[in-house]
Amino acid sequence: MEIMETRVLILGGGATGTGLARDLALRGVDCLLAERRDINAGASGGNHGLLHSGARYVASDAAAAIECREEGELLKRLAPQCIEDTGGLFVAVQGDDENYIANFESMCAASTVPTRPLDLAEARHLEPALSDRLIAAYATEDASVDPFMLSLDNLAQAVDKGARYLRNAKLVGFEMDGGRIARSVFLNQTAGERFAIEAEIVVNATGAWAGMVAALAGAHIDILYSSGSLLVTQDRLTTRVVNRLRKAADSDILVPGGTVSVLGTTSVTIDSPDLCRPTVAEADAIIDDARAMIPVLETTRYIRAYAGVRPLVMVAGVGDARSVSRNFSLIDHEKDDVDNFVTITGGKLTTYRLMAERTGDLVCAKLGVDAPCTTRIEPLPASTRGEWTEPGLGPRRWIGERDGDDIILCECEMVSRKAVNQIIDGMDGQYGSSLLNGIGLRSRVGKGPCQGGFCGLRVTGHLYDEGYVSGLRGVHEMHAFTRRRWRGLRPVLWGLPLVQADLQEALYCGALDLELEADARDDGGDL
Amino acid sequence: MSGNTHDVMVIGAGFAGMAAALFAAQAGLSVAQSGVTGGIDFSTGFIDLMGVHPVAEGVRWDDPWAAVEAVSRDCSKHPYARMNRPDMEAAIDGFTDFLASQGLEYTGHADRNCRALTPAGTVKRTWRVPRTAWKGVLALESAAPTVIVDFHGLKGFSGRQLVEMRKATWPGLRTARVTFPRGSGELYPEHMAWALADPKYRAKLAEAVAPHLGDAEYLGFPAVLGLVDPGRVVAHLEELTGRQVFEIPTIPPSIAGPRLRGAFDRGLPPLGVRTLSQATVTEAGMDRDGFRFVVGRGGGKTEVRAGAAILATGRFFGKGLMADRHAIREAVFDLPVVQPETREQWHDREFFNARGHAANASGLEVDELFRPLARDGRPAHERLFAAGAILAHQDWMRMKCGAGLAITSAWRAVQGLRQGVD
Repeated sequence: MEIMETRVLILGGGATGTGLARDLALRGVDCLLAERRDINAGASGGNHGLLHSGARYVASDAAAAIECREEGELLKRLAPQCIEDTGGLFVAVQGDDENYIANFESMCAASTVPTRPLDLAEARHLEPALSDRLIAAYATEDASVDPFMLSLDNLAQAVDKGARYLRNAKLVGFEMDGGRIARSVFLNQTAGERFAIEAEIVVNATGAWAGMVAALAGAHIDILYSSGSLLVTQDRLTTRVVNRLRKAADSDILVPGGTVSVLGTTSVTIDSPDLCRPTVAEADAIIDDARAMIPVLETTRYIRAYAGVRPLVMVAGVGDARSVSRNFSLIDHEKDDVDNFVTITGGKLTTYRLMAERTGDLVCAKLGVDAPCTTRIEPLPASTRGEWTEPGLGPRRWIGERDGDDIILCECEMVSRKAVNQIIDGMDGQYGSSLLNGIGLRSRVGKGPCQGGFCGLRVTGHLYDEGYVSGLRGVHEMHAFTRRRWRGLRPVLWGLPLVQADLQEALYCGALDLELEADARDDGGDL
Repeated sequence: MSGNTHDVMVIGAGFAGMAAALFAAQAGLSVAQSGVTGGIDFSTGFIDLMGVHPVAEGVRWDDPWAAVEAVSRDCSKHPYARMNRPDMEAAIDGFTDFLASQGLEYTGHADRNCRALTPAGTVKRTWRVPRTAWKGVLALESAAPTVIVDFHGLKGFSGRQLVEMRKATWPGLRTARVTFPRGSGELYPEHMAWALADPKYRAKLAEAVAPHLGDAEYLGFPAVLGLVDPGRVVAHLEELTGRQVFEIPTIPPSIAGPRLRGAFDRGLPPLGVRTLSQATVTEAGMDRDGFRFVVGRGGGKTEVRAGAAILATGRFFGKGLMADRHAIREAVFDLPVVQPETREQWHDREFFNARGHAANASGLEVDELFRPLARDGRPAHERLFAAGAILAHQDWMRMKCGAGLAITSAWRAVQGLRQGVD
């Protein structure tokens, strides 16, 4: 069995894990990040992409509100390529809780969260999609963030500074030696082989999976799995983030992201994070509720749904998921008699940097390293690994820089053959169980109106042409990719998406017999 | 608004609509037909009759007639259960004879399905293939030395994919990528087909592939070999290369749709069919005397009156069925649609679920004469018929019965109509 060595092993390649890799690399601490599937495969890839102003939390958790405000301001300055500073609105409609509305401004002030009352006509002028039954509106400083670009850029700088990373590396178990983790044993899911990593400290940044990972080391964390589903609209419906001005509930946030808007979310307690997927019932519930705020949500076209799991760390005596703190938990497992093991979980995308900083501080203290955190002042450089996740980049590049023999493989989002090759190069050979899903994660491929129906076939042909796949492998790739896209499609199959799905099945099954040729393979998880 | 009165209005311009218009016109009825480019533009050009049953077990049939019998026995509501073989054969032969008269010959085995290569590298069973694809069926059956040619700039068709997918059972299959003799950058099948109408480009194409021929007996191309008379293009390329030449369908936008549509556009008007092509029915009404339709919008509106109507509007993609969040509806007359109770049940959690999706078996319930039923269980109208994919209790995509069902049910609808007229 191959054995790798590092000072700090980071488990989990979400925002926290990649943020920590960057944090440690900037401090000059050798680290290696191992991810079971792919970057942002968990909650970091299954959220709104909302950079909170803090206003969402002023009633429930003033400390969280302040953290969000501070971190939001930092990220807007230090990682502008990942953020669209849209501004936000908090709006209430007839029937919403008037006490909550009346207290909102003073609660924001108490948490130092900037807010400004708007008259209703002004609010509707700013966002014409808002309901004419508005009764209150405030401007806030919310923004939207591209979580994939954020994690990929964090990872890119970490790697530049000497960090290493492995994807498709599934943790199998720990070999314990007294009160320490001596070795972490993995399965390389690309090659199907086991290997081990020896580290001075192991950081568990696996989000919703943190309890399971901790258990492998004999430590205990009680985590409530709260699944949240979101819907993506075909068009961008508002310029700003629009929040429902009420106590936190389902379907109260609409976040613009490039050319689309994301609506959510729900909070459904599930038994295992691996069971997270959006449902038909949740899609209906979200629309039925949110249309009071933005009526066009009833008739607009949705292109897909997705879901993520919030890892809510349980404290004794707390009941439902919405009332469990959304703050993060940093746990030194010395208390469980595992000296070199730390868990960081919970929290929010907006505070990922702070979570990485605090974890980095703890890790450095344990290692006896006194290098300070610099991510509070050091800008996050834009990388080429993250750039293809940006909506609208495809068409701009195609028009601006194309050369004669390049051709478009994904017509909805204009991703060309050369762009696909660049994306594959950025994957460093760690393709895991599905190269096509990896391409989809790193680009807009499969995210336009065809939802992969056409581009999936074309990119597969290209993978054969370039020799990335052989034998029946390409059709297995098609299956994995289609299964993944279908999870998000099924909840929104009415109107035009159903027309598109009908066409896709006519093509895949009616014309190509793809359902008969290759085995369907379970590729696990959701994005 | 101009007006006109016809014996029958055919609503739909896919396989079912085209077949219904053809059969009705051949029966001497005056026919009007409306409909925009439908599923026909996304077809392979193959005519499937019946290939898989039971779907859940993925059992594939080489004898389509035995499969029709089996599905009629096991699924008594399948439209095939209301047909007989002589009618079905007459319908398909009538359809392909018409296409042949327009330069699109079809062929196949006498009594069994062909096995044909798809652009994904899979092999599907189908009843009739364009003559230009036939040598591919023979090459596959004999696993003869074959070169698949693909082109720089033509996406979605990878010779290498075909070779990789089939190499386990077809070791003599090779591929060669060449530059198409006309046009650079991105290529589209329809443009390539137009170019190859000119013998000069066929000669250049033959020159381009010559260095790759080796010991190959067969030479396969993506389906770009001519639009109006592909048979002549293929024959010329055979002469130029000394090899047996065949076509493999491409993924949409393919040449199959324009070829079929061209054949109907040329062939139906001389039979007296009034085609209101690229226009859909925007208003529909029926009473005891017959039907009144408005076709098109704005200044191009046409009013059509007809004594009878055939609904061949297809499913969701064809816009014969529409769905909102709560229910599936029929688009023209708001006829009742057999469907699962809730949207949760429409689609399975897995796209490739072996059973298929319940929504695919939704559609119109019909009587023995292929007349759709109203809510009271009686025909919605004495002279309203339905044909094709809009019919309930079938899953053409999984059973591989799309074009066959369209053509044979169109035949039955016209038969029913004639009984009423006679």
